[in-house]
Amino acid sequence: MATRLGNQTIALDKSVSIINTATVVGTKESEGPLSPFFDVKMKDAEWGEETWEKTESKMQKEAAKLAIQKSGKTADDIDCAFAGDLLNQCISSGFSARELGIPYYGLYGACSTMIESLSLGALAIDGGGMDTALAVASSHFCTAERQYRNPLEYGGQRPPTAQWTVTGAAAAVLENGGAGPYVTHVTSGKVVDFGVIDQNNMGGAMAPAAIDTLCAHFSDTGRSPESYDLILTGDLGRIGREIVINMMNSSGYNMNDNYGDSGCMIYDIEKQDVHAGGSGCGCIAVTACGYIFRQLKDGKLNNVLILGTGALLSPTSSLQGESVPGIAHAITLSNKPGGEG
Amino acid sequence: MPENKDYLNYIDRTAPKSPLLKNALLAFLIGGLICVIGQLIGDFYQKICGLETDSMRTAVSVTMVFLGALLTGLDLYPKIAKHAGAGTIVPITGFANAITSPAMEFKREGLVLGMSAKMFVVAGPVLVYGISSSVVVGIIYFLYKVLIGG
Repeated sequence: MATRLGNQTIALDKSVSIINTATVVGTKESEGPLSPFFDVKMKDAEWGEETWEKTESKMQKEAAKLAIQKSGKTADDIDCAFAGDLLNQCISSGFSARELGIPYYGLYGACSTMIESLSLGALAIDGGGMDTALAVASSHFCTAERQYRNPLEYGGQRPPTAQWTVTGAAAAVLENGGAGPYVTHVTSGKVVDFGVIDQNNMGGAMAPAAIDTLCAHFSDTGRSPESYDLILTGDLGRIGREIVINMMNSSGYNMNDNYGDSGCMIYDIEKQDVHAGGSGCGCIAVTACGYIFRQLKDGKLNNVLILGTGALLSPTSSLQGESVPGIAHAITLSNKPGGEG
Repeated sequence: MPENKDYLNYIDRTAPKSPLLKNALLAFLIGGLICVIGQLIGDFYQKICGLETDSMRTAVSVTMVFLGALLTGLDLYPKIAKHAGAGTIVPITGFANAITSPAMEFKREGLVLGMSAKMFVVAGPVLVYGISSSVVVGIIYFLYKVLIGG
């Protein structure tokens, strides 16, 4: 039986491992600093498909198939897939699952979806109803732009606070037992909204949710930032990251030394002209499943706290003048079953 | 949801601002350059092709709209607009870009419900309020003529 810690955290009882992962990324991500950690690098935004939506779905499907294959399994071995993306009605995930033939739950956690899918997959295995689960998430710059913003060829300027949606899909195979890294804790996030209306400042809109979940995690587990080799947030970008460091400092948590944000890591922010950094489901998905997974496997990192951060807005809610609600879900990955600290 | 005023003030204070002066200068230069090109084309139509002033104005608009659409199709217009901002939105080429870009993008959803329905998704408000205000101005002008005489 899993143990409930405090109000929001669950300490898993079983040793739920990430057996293997796979990542598919676009051209801009292949030119970024994390390039060596990605499996499939698309040569263009279409990848042989007629529409970008089909491309994104294919990215999910190929990431899933590759992760299953790298884990030495077949689709029949997977008890259930938890997958999500940014598009209306989660079509990238649903259409990918149509081809995979694995029982499927579609998720929407905006850009926090990968951590939501890992959390739910790990909890489902820990609950005893499943042995193996697949967690998948994706985003594509072109599909996200046309859904949330303007047509790609429209001539406009992006403000310095804007972020660049990552073209990337990642999949992770979770299993009861295995050699790790283990998902040891899950902290479920609350929806937090401080009233930020500017949808071009997602980092500012989501940072309060990340801070809320971080404080809940530390309070529930009795841990502190020093308990981890690395604390990683999803896609707060340069602006959101600064806010987290400052506000966590004011709450008495020192986040200066071991805190990173995948939105700041996936691109060379200056050279690649991405303003405040990367964003999208794919941002934390490919960073966690590519870079972080490799670092854990190689023993360069042993204990990591990862937060997926999401902005739960829609084009409709923005047009109606609503502010941007944020959410952040956290998981702990450790090379030791049960974790350390 | 109550706003958190302190937080909103804090992010207002700390978020990087757009470089207004640089943006305004670039908009002035590139927007002005587009107008100079329009003037040159106008002179060409009038002096070399011998068009009357009215026909020349129409021909210049048609040519500039064509050039805006062509540069959009070649993926050059957004690259210029990234630096020019309002300098590329305000001239008639910006209007061409606002219509061509959704037309290109929504072609995939079909020619009827995709391309032609979504073609005005950006420029629609300009048409609606442009035409509406010209009608209002027309009515005022008409009443002025009838009532005051002229």
